[in-house]
Amino acid sequence: MSKKFRVLCLCVFVLLALTLSVHAQDASTLELVQERGHIICISHSGYPGFGFLDEEGNFAGFDTDFCRATAAAIFGDAAAHEILPASSADRFTFLATGEGDVIYRTTTWTLSRDTDNNAQYAVIYFYDGQGLMVPTSLGVSTIEELDGATICTDPGTTSELNIADAFAARGLEYTPLPIEDDEEAWNTYLEGRCDVRTTDRSYLASYASTAFPNPEEHMVLDITISKEPLAHVVRNGDDQWLDIIQWVTFALINAEEYGITSENVDGFLDSEDPVIRRMLGTEDDFGGKLGLPSDWVYQMIKQVGNYGEMFDRNLGAGSPLNLSRGPNALWTDGGLIYAPPFR
Amino acid sequence: MLSLVRYMAYAEQTSTPLYRDERFLRIINQVVVVALVAGVLIFLYSNMVTALRTQKEVPISYDFLNDTAGFNLGESTIAFTRTDPIHRAMLVGLLNTFKVSIAGIVLATILGTFIGVMRLSTNFLVSKIALVYINVFRNIPPLLLLIFWYRAIFLKLPRVQEAIVLFDPVFPVYIANRGLFFPWGTATESWYTYRWILLGGFALALFVAYLLRQHGKRTGRMPLVTLWFLVILLAVTVLGYVILPDPLEITKPALKGFNIRGGGSVSLEFWGLLFGLVIYAAAYIAEAVRAGILSVDRGQREAARALGFSSFNIMRLIILPQAIRVVVPPLISYAIGFTKNTSLGLAIGYTDFFAITGGLILNNTGRAVETLTIILLVYLTISLIASLILNMYNRRITLSH
Repeated sequence: MSKKFRVLCLCVFVLLALTLSVHAQDASTLELVQERGHIICISHSGYPGFGFLDEEGNFAGFDTDFCRATAAAIFGDAAAHEILPASSADRFTFLATGEGDVIYRTTTWTLSRDTDNNAQYAVIYFYDGQGLMVPTSLGVSTIEELDGATICTDPGTTSELNIADAFAARGLEYTPLPIEDDEEAWNTYLEGRCDVRTTDRSYLASYASTAFPNPEEHMVLDITISKEPLAHVVRNGDDQWLDIIQWVTFALINAEEYGITSENVDGFLDSEDPVIRRMLGTEDDFGGKLGLPSDWVYQMIKQVGNYGEMFDRNLGAGSPLNLSRGPNALWTDGGLIYAPPFR
Repeated sequence: MLSLVRYMAYAEQTSTPLYRDERFLRIINQVVVVALVAGVLIFLYSNMVTALRTQKEVPISYDFLNDTAGFNLGESTIAFTRTDPIHRAMLVGLLNTFKVSIAGIVLATILGTFIGVMRLSTNFLVSKIALVYINVFRNIPPLLLLIFWYRAIFLKLPRVQEAIVLFDPVFPVYIANRGLFFPWGTATESWYTYRWILLGGFALALFVAYLLRQHGKRTGRMPLVTLWFLVILLAVTVLGYVILPDPLEITKPALKGFNIRGGGSVSLEFWGLLFGLVIYAAAYIAEAVRAGILSVDRGQREAARALGFSSFNIMRLIILPQAIRVVVPPLISYAIGFTKNTSLGLAIGYTDFFAITGGLILNNTGRAVETLTIILLVYLTISLIASLILNMYNRRITLSH
């Protein structure tokens, strides 16, 4: 066993290790997804209404339904998806490094996030705002009365920065108590360590109604201290994929506008309305323009339902949360939900 | 020629096969280990490079440290508001880490020594209590301990509205599930002059104590040095307070609005972290102390007893000074471990260096590589400095042998 042979062995192993290391691929996201056979959505691990494990141990929720709809659009099969649970901090890393294809995870669209992270915001799918929850026993109804209060926040979220802004703008003082673990933060609030719990209004309502022992002893103040437009997010630099993610949501909204539901979609297949014919792929091939099958909208509606059905099932009257549509009603009903036309 | 062929046939028969040749195996082992380590390192590096290349719009840069923080901090020893830069928020976190580490290491050493001595007591009950303490708390993960203290004990204290008030109205101390509140002085204009008087008084007391000691050594009759030191310090403190117009304004805590305001306070999260970690670390220190005491020869104790020392003085003057040489090296590593463990404060909302830098700042800026590098370097520096100081101390007491 000569010394030369030893060195040779070492070189061979190092070369092997080198060739084994992963390199980035330059294929488009759609090609990667199609090759893989399913889409990977970065989403919640447990967030009532948006993405959580149901009794059977499957992911369910509003965000999960967008993932299922996208899978139905690409593969004609809503089950061809995988949920990659991520924390607030992990989601952008997972997207940037290609561990997931799209973020469907209540992500607030802000200027600094749009520019700082390697992320492209596709479409706003839920209009939320930050609220303040207090025990009714405090007898407080305005934010001004909260001067000097202790507030439980989630470290590193926009809500923590908003609360700092809101109190500074009114010349009020407060003591923040940032708690990393969400469960722990709620427990700390319930024990009275903080006077106020602040986060998105939808989450305050959903958590209180599902997990509080006495939800009626707490109230969300009638003030919204920030705009929280929740949006879907994709990687920078893949315009085709951006279009697909945008038009999945647009199609779901348009379907609600035209009254197409999972129940009645088959009856629309012989519709004479050109808009509906273009949507369902019976006239022109709009799916082909996106790189999708021509029946992509039909499959989404049939398997998952339109925007309104998704909302009702997960957040609205058909769910324990019972949120009202509010700003998330269609523009025709006085809300903000509006999608470009199929033309 | 024939002999060579015969030799080769012979060699083939007798030589051990390659896969059982110990020399060969030894080399192969090393090659495999080196290749594995190199492979993992290369994979990690190329993974990072790939990830950074994908994020090419955000190159590594530390400029964000000068950006405005944007968030407020509750637990802080220095003034901090949302308009301060991010690097100041890191400093706040670092000071919070030091605060809980120093208090914790001192308390854990005292408690650990106490329990270590208890463990060696001839009293059955005392010794067994110490044994149970050590074996219970050494075998529970520290995270669990501090969550227990925070959640099950401290959070269950009364709310601020029903706070326990002690020594009211002379020296009101409030205990509530937000922390401990007590009267505290805030500096007035004359405080800065008063500070110099205090410093001067301290120096004077130290000087007098030194002179008394020298005198005692010369004459062989040691005066009460500590008493004189304290008397002088107290005299200067009182005298300065009388001469200067109120260097400190004493404020008492009182329930105002939602919170107890005024005076000084120590937050609930600090107590939770301190208790959880002190109780954990003390169990280890107790074992180190026990080992140290047992390392002192029996004859020392017997000789001291023969000379008529009380058992307390035997421990204080004979055993512990010798035991300390054995105790200090493990104590060094426990102290460093304690400092690193304070990062568990994240779980209960104590904003230490890790919680602020790895939680707030990392999430807000998205600068994973930069913040994590800073965190690694800071903890490494703290640990190295701590071990340097304690090693110097260790060398001193070893040489005095």
